[in-house]
Amino acid sequence: MDAIAEIEVEGAALARRQYRVRRSPLTWVRGGGLSTLLFVLPRLLAFGAFSWYPIVRTVVMSLQHTNLVESPTWVGFDNFRAVLNDPLLPIAVKNTAYFAFLALIFGYPVPLAAAVLMSEARRGRSLYSVLAYLPVVIPPVVAVLLWKTFYDAGSVGVFNTVLGWGHLGPYPWLQSQSWAMPSLVLESTWANAGATVIIYLAALTAVNPELYEAAAVDGATLWQKVWHVTLPQLRGVLLVTMILQIIGTAQVFLEPFLFTSGGPANATLTVLLLIYDYAFGNSLGGDYGMATALSLMLAVFLALFSLAYLRATRSWSTE
Amino acid sequence: MSAEERPAALVTPTDWRRPGVRLGLGGAQVLLLAALVVVGLGPILWLAKSAITPTADTIGHPMALFPHGSAWSNLREAWVEVDVGRYFWNTVVLAVGSWLVQIVVATTGGYALSVLRPSYAKVINALLLMTLFVPAVVLLVPLYIEIVHPPIVHHSLIDSYWAVWLPAGASAFNVIIVKRFFDNLPREIFEAARIDGAGPFTLFTKIVLPMSKPILGVVSVFALLASWKDFLWPLLVLTDPNKQPLSVRLPTIQSQTELGVFLAAMFIACLVPIAGFLIFQRSFLRGSGMGGAIKG
Repeated sequence: MDAIAEIEVEGAALARRQYRVRRSPLTWVRGGGLSTLLFVLPRLLAFGAFSWYPIVRTVVMSLQHTNLVESPTWVGFDNFRAVLNDPLLPIAVKNTAYFAFLALIFGYPVPLAAAVLMSEARRGRSLYSVLAYLPVVIPPVVAVLLWKTFYDAGSVGVFNTVLGWGHLGPYPWLQSQSWAMPSLVLESTWANAGATVIIYLAALTAVNPELYEAAAVDGATLWQKVWHVTLPQLRGVLLVTMILQIIGTAQVFLEPFLFTSGGPANATLTVLLLIYDYAFGNSLGGDYGMATALSLMLAVFLALFSLAYLRATRSWSTE
Repeated sequence: MSAEERPAALVTPTDWRRPGVRLGLGGAQVLLLAALVVVGLGPILWLAKSAITPTADTIGHPMALFPHGSAWSNLREAWVEVDVGRYFWNTVVLAVGSWLVQIVVATTGGYALSVLRPSYAKVINALLLMTLFVPAVVLLVPLYIEIVHPPIVHHSLIDSYWAVWLPAGASAFNVIIVKRFFDNLPREIFEAARIDGAGPFTLFTKIVLPMSKPILGVVSVFALLASWKDFLWPLLVLTDPNKQPLSVRLPTIQSQTELGVFLAAMFIACLVPIAGFLIFQRSFLRGSGMGGAIKG
């Protein structure tokens, strides 16, 4: 016993000595330390300059008044106060929440049902996947501008023509305050749902077939197998795609920017559009302080929301 | 990942023999396929049709199929007179540059942190993963200011393609999928190569890079697609119309040209991503499923 302990102590001392030896710069270079650093360098520079530094800058800028011409001055929490007093903020927050809510209603159940049906197709599974994923590869600008053409409010607009065959419409789509937001969400769902379908398909292939066999032995019907095996097995993925979709839709920008510019009558003004307007919307020079203050508030809100979500769902996300 | 090889598990052959299942489930699958054709393919087919239809017909009878013949001139007019050819080329240059930066950053960084594993790898990995939790909007304004007034360089990068290429390197998605792949490479091979006298550079170029082809395929398709789809960032940092990519130009083209020519320009903007997707669909679908696995 003692002998072993002694050897261990000696070994540890040896390791310590070697460690100390390695600290000298020359041996560090000889041991490959420099070449390793050389390989890490591109990533350090890329993330340092274009991720870590801007994150810190956001915090600094939110406490400053900056206009790119004069040197910045510290203004404390003035920017945050100005944002919170902006009468447009409650409208933007409400619209963004509405967009996120509609996106969950439109876009959450359908990909799941589609993925379950697709994974049980006996042939042509890849044809299903390709068709579902096709809208995802269309450049978003093309998708939005194409749907803008579809949404033409005249009776000869594409959608109104098709609906007219069934003696429906014409509908105002983007031009009505109550129709505009659902129209945006419809296009956004079309553009993004395919990616979610593929995620579910991958998760479905990971379900252990023995669970289905066990359920079948117990005499479970098809519906019972879906309800008691498939859905519980997808629980983790379902919870994550939901929070990711909420985080993504809270940052919706392209649709309101290109479809409606936030109109009609601010009905589609979102938080990101407001940030953009603060920073870049004014030709006389942007208010970068207010823009960074609002983006920080959004980020902190999303972080707290995700934490609360994870905590609330933890008990039933673990198997 | 390959759905084709998996035996059907939820619905067993016995299930399929039941007439109710065959009718209900089979019917639902046929309906789904029809819906996917209409919804997924329909808008793109309409765009293709309208790109070669005279403007007057597209406006008056959007769902009619060539009521008064076709107008292939739309495509030529878009390419030549509206300068789509130039914007198309700009898009290609931006995409290739961003791809190159991402490949260099992803492979060297992944190799250093997963294979060479210096003592500080843990700290760097933690800092990298932290960026995953910062929403992109936080970076927008400070990044823009950084491009207008870069520190150290002190020369505005506005209207320089570097302003688009370089920030593309800071991709957390790449970090994760490359790390995942490199962490699982068999370490015995590296040890064997080291014993055979391979230095860190030889190990990288002769062993790690050739082994990482599948993951580089995934990184590549997503890097190229993301660059092709990008809008807001190039809109902010490329103010000279002659340097802007197609996606940035399209809203302006819409306001300045007739519908038929504009739709032709949109169709041209879709061609490369669609063709790329159809050719490399395995990499796309694998990467997309992996995105879910990462998120899960």
